[in-house]
This record gives sequence, structure tokens and C-alpha cells, in this order.
Amino acid sequence: MSKISITINDEPYKVESGQTIMEACKEHNIKIPSMCHFDGLTDVGACRLCLVEIEGQSKLLPSCTTQVEPNQKIRTHSDRLSGHRQMITELFFSERNHVCAVCVANGNCELQDLATEVGMKHVRFPYLFQECEVDASHAMFVIDHNRCIMCTRCVRVCSEVEGAHNWDVKNRGYKVRIISDFDTPWGESESCTSCRKCVEVCPTGSLWSKDKAQGQSKKNPQMIKDLIEKRKVNL
Amino acid sequence: MGKEILIHPVTRIEGHAKITIQLDDSGQVSDAIFHVNEFRGFEKFCEGRYYTEMPVITPRICGICPVSHTISSVKACEMIQQIKIPRTAELLRRVIQQAQLISSHALSFFHLSAPDLLLGWDSDPATRNIFGIAEKDPDLGVRGIRLRKFGQEVSERITGKKIHIMGIVPGGMSYALTKENRQAILDWIPEVLETTHMSIDLLKKYHADHTDMVNSFANIESMHMGLIADDGSHELYDGRIRLVAANGDIVADRLNPLDYHQFIQEKPVSWSYLKSFFYKPMGYPDGIYRVGPLSRLNVIDRMKTPQAQKEFEEFRALGQGRPVHGNFYYHYARFIEILAGIEEIEQMMKDPDILSTDIQTHASRNQPEGIGCCEAPRGILFHHYKTDPDGKLNQIDFLIATGQNNPSMNQAILDVARQYVKGDHIEEGALNRVEGAIRCFDPCLSCSTHALGDMPIRIELKNSQGEVIQRIARG
Repeated sequence: MSKISITINDEPYKVESGQTIMEACKEHNIKIPSMCHFDGLTDVGACRLCLVEIEGQSKLLPSCTTQVEPNQKIRTHSDRLSGHRQMITELFFSERNHVCAVCVANGNCELQDLATEVGMKHVRFPYLFQECEVDASHAMFVIDHNRCIMCTRCVRVCSEVEGAHNWDVKNRGYKVRIISDFDTPWGESESCTSCRKCVEVCPTGSLWSKDKAQGQSKKNPQMIKDLIEKRKVNL
Repeated sequence: MGKEILIHPVTRIEGHAKITIQLDDSGQVSDAIFHVNEFRGFEKFCEGRYYTEMPVITPRICGICPVSHTISSVKACEMIQQIKIPRTAELLRRVIQQAQLISSHALSFFHLSAPDLLLGWDSDPATRNIFGIAEKDPDLGVRGIRLRKFGQEVSERITGKKIHIMGIVPGGMSYALTKENRQAILDWIPEVLETTHMSIDLLKKYHADHTDMVNSFANIESMHMGLIADDGSHELYDGRIRLVAANGDIVADRLNPLDYHQFIQEKPVSWSYLKSFFYKPMGYPDGIYRVGPLSRLNVIDRMKTPQAQKEFEEFRALGQGRPVHGNFYYHYARFIEILAGIEEIEQMMKDPDILSTDIQTHASRNQPEGIGCCEAPRGILFHHYKTDPDGKLNQIDFLIATGQNNPSMNQAILDVARQYVKGDHIEEGALNRVEGAIRCFDPCLSCSTHALGDMPIRIELKNSQGEVIQRIARG
């Protein structure tokens, strides 16, 4: 890989060509918020939190799926971006039914952390109060669609790391839902190996283990990241 | 034309309510009705949740007695799981339960009721509150606040949180007690014991100075229900149910809480979201009973600890062989329970098992149904869950103490209204006394109706044609 010159937030950097903007920023300790990105999994640009400004581009572009280019001038933080990130976070909360106080992930939730990080004080949008299902048919785990933000980490970890592809997505817009197999109850899935990788990468309390109570449900996404790295070595 | 008088500050009860006082043609009080106009709905909107989430959801019913909801809830979950918890976990739960009871009773007395007693029923409403007490008697005011704080700090030192604690989980506890926190709790004991004895002395002096009022204030007779331990002693966490008649005879003994539906019936009424409860075999209204501190002390044989036992004997002597019925004695009963709570916490803190880290067992759903029961500060509390094969709740029933006291609260209001409401005009002091009758029960309206409410207490005076001739509102 050859090195190219770019500018991030008015500072010059030498980065590897072919990298995404997010990878380049991470290498230089520039933190960009994201919910759908997970190290080692294919990026899908779903959450739109990692949007950045690029000089010459009228649109904001997701840093996780946009590659660096020579002499690119990137801005990762600005008033405009902060406003967008706060709005996106509020939209997460308004779309489904997030009640932190009674959530199993309370205190161990990436969405909660994000709300703090972007300075969310309240939600300006009307809540949709969608009726969402709780699927507790699996012997060990529960998926609560009320708390899902459609990051699709579960879909990608199941497909790309476990190789089972139990999870997928149905519908569009606010009716979009994660499904098991061909939209069957999780407990009836023929593809699920009960490996719990999806539970560990889920950033919220949407996927959780039945044997954990609130305060006990500490997820371990690092274990999955390590697993991905170890598998690369073995290959 | 009726007129509306607004009196500030907001009334001192936990929740929102109104009262209607009905006058007959001669202007005398003929009836009084207590309306609770809040609706919570937890029984309905929790349907479809996984059953082990309930110990986290149901404490949000109440900020005063969340521990009671958690304990009844985990016990129902543990029945579904058919699981026994380690001894240390039970000890820690008992400590937190006693701590909550102390905190709740201290709030009820010092923040809600004591202003009437210490500052006067007819004193300026603007200063008839905990700040008024702190101004008149700074030492007592601070002690009252610190007594409540003690209860909350015990919870914090065990679970990390003062109110909606997270550590009580199906199968036991999440957090073990540390040596440092045990010592910190023990260090508090002498101060809170002293405050409790001071308060009891204060209450006894008030009784002596106002004997007629104390003995006649909302002095209704009813049956009493409460939990008792195997040896007949005072029990909050577990045990069987005893029902005592108004004359002191035992009507039913050693009833299994799991069979509650066989002996307790709920009766919805059109004027309130709060249901009325009664003892099923005797029907309504013969089966009306009371629960809570007064009732607990009327059904048990003895207290578990020496200082509380001494006060208990004095308390029971007031009844001269019969139960103590006067609602004013709820306050005395609360302090005897606070005393017992402090003594029991000290005993449990010194138990060698209290620092064990063997605090949780694990199981999954082993039967579809579970019932959990414990004594909340305001009386006996039941949680009843039914689950589908996946463990999702399809039927939920809460039997809340305030509902069980509802018929008696209506009787008490009627009694006080007849005593203090004369003619077609209500003085503020009368409103306060009617409220005072309710405060004796220390009802938790948010607990009992599952609150969207924003209504302060309101009294309506109606003539015999049902027209509102006067309305008094607060808030």
C-alpha cells in the first residue's frame, strides 16, 4: 500500500491509500461516533453517525464506507456535523421504544453512551411508539425489537464470522425488522448455532441473554474483535 | 354558587386524589368518598415482556417502596424457576427491605404527618411542612431527614443505588456486601436508634397531651391482615398470613400467600381507579380489613428484637386485649417497626454469612406461574405472573396494600368529616384533618392504580341534590 497525503481537521496526515476515512482517523486517534461500524465486519454505512465533510463535496459522506483520496480535505467535527449527529441520535430514540430505566442493558449500552457523547438532552421528534415484538422463543436469548436500532451488526457477525446467516432484514423504512431464518421465531431457527456472537456485538439491549439481569448484562464485543483477528491468523 | 379556594403548597400524600363529602338536607355529612384519579396500567402494558424483566420494571411503580415491588417480583420469578436462593442473598434482601421500611416510615412521619402534630392542624399551610419543622426544632428536623437517609444509604451501600436498586435479581443478589460498607452501616446504628427513641417519646407525649383527639380521630374498627413468621413474630419478607377480627379473635391463621385468590377478592368501584379489597369468605362489606404497620402489630404475637418488643407490649396494652384500631396509632406502629428494623439490620450485619459471595443461584423457567408476596411499608403486597411457553407474560395481577386499605380509608374520611365538617362551609383546617385521616394510612396512590395524574387533593362539598356547593383544592 502506498502512502498518500490528506488533511483532517486542518492537520496534514500521511495515510495508506485504500483505507476508509474512518480507518485513517482511527489510526491517528481521531474519534468519529458510529453505531453500525464494528472492527472486522463489512461496513454498511447504515447509522449515518460517522458522516464527514469533504471539501468539494456538497453531500456529507459516511467515513466508514468512503475511501481516502490524495489531497482530500476532511472535516470530522463541526457545528453542522454535531447537529446532524445529535439529530440522528434523537431519531434512534424516537423510532422505537427505548426505556433505559428498565432495560437490561442500562449502564452497559452504546446507545446510552452515544446520547451522552453527542450531548442529547431531550428528543425533539415525536415518538412513533411502534408496536414491536419481543421474541423469547430461543432457549438462551431474547430479541426485543423495541430496542433495535437496525445497525445490522448481528446480521453481519452471524454471516461473516459464524458463517450461519441466521439473521437478515425484512421490510423498508420504519417498518424494517431483523428476522431469524425466513422470518420464523428464533427458537425454531434451523441455522442458529446459539453461539451468542450476535448478543455480544449488539450495541443496545435488543439482544440479551436470559440468564443475565439488569446490571449483569455486560457485553463483550472485544471478544468478537479478538476472534476475528485470531481467525485471520489461522487462515 | 360554589367557590373554589386554592391553598398552597401541594398536599402531603403520595399521589393525587380528591374527596367528595355529601351533605343531607339538614346540612349534616351523610357520606364521604375517596377518589383516586390516577391510572398506572402496569398490569396491562407489562404483558408480553419476559418474566425476569419484572423485578426491574415493577419497582418503577413507586419511588417510596420500590424494594417491596422488587422482592415480590423476584419471589414470583423464583417460583416460576422453582429455585432457592442462598442464605446470604436472603439476608441482604431482608436488610434492604428493612432499610426501605425505615426510609418510608421516616418520610411518612417527618415529611408528611409530623407538621400537623408539631406545628398544629390549623397552622399556616405555607410553613406546615418539613421545613417548618426544621425551623421550629432544627435538631429533630435534621434527625428526621437523616433517619430517612439512613434507609436509603443502606440500599446504596449494598446495591450502589439509593432508590431503584438493581441488585435484587431472580436467584439472589448481584452484589455482595463489602466489609467497609458493613462497617459504615453499623456506624450509623447508634444515631438512628437515638432518633427513633426520641421520636417515640415525642409521640407518646403528643398522645398524652391530646388523648381525646388521638382516641377519637378516625377511630374505625375493622379486621386486620398481615404476615407472621412461623413462631408468630413480626415478619416482612416471608411467612404466612393471619387475619384478626375487630374484637381480636383470629379469623384465619397460617393462610398460604400462594392461595391469596381463595381468600382475597378485588372489587372495582365506579368513582375511583383504586379497587377495594375484602376477605372473600365474608363478602363485602363484612370482609373489609386493614393492612400496614398498625395491622401487622395487631396480628403478630411478638417482635423479634428486645427494644421493639418492649414498645410492642406498650402498644398492645393500648387495645386492652383487643386490637388497636385508632388510625392515629399508625404513627406509633411505624416507629415500633423502625426500631425493629434498626435492631434487625444490626443483627444481620453481624451475621457471619453476611459477607459471603455465594449470593446467586441460576435456573430457567420450570413452571408457567409464579406468585410473590411480602410486606411493603403500607401492607401486604402480592405479584402474580402467568407466562406462555417462551416465558413471556400473558397475565399479571398486583394486589397493592393501599387498595386493601381503600374501604377503611373511606370509612376514616367519613368519620373525620362528620366530626369536623359542619354546615355548608369547610375551613382549611377541616380539609387538613380529612387529609390527616388519609395520611395515617400513608397511602401510595401511584402504587395502587398503576400515574398519569396531575390532580392534587380536592374536596367537594355537595348538597342533597348533588350540586357542588363548595370545592377546596390544593396544588
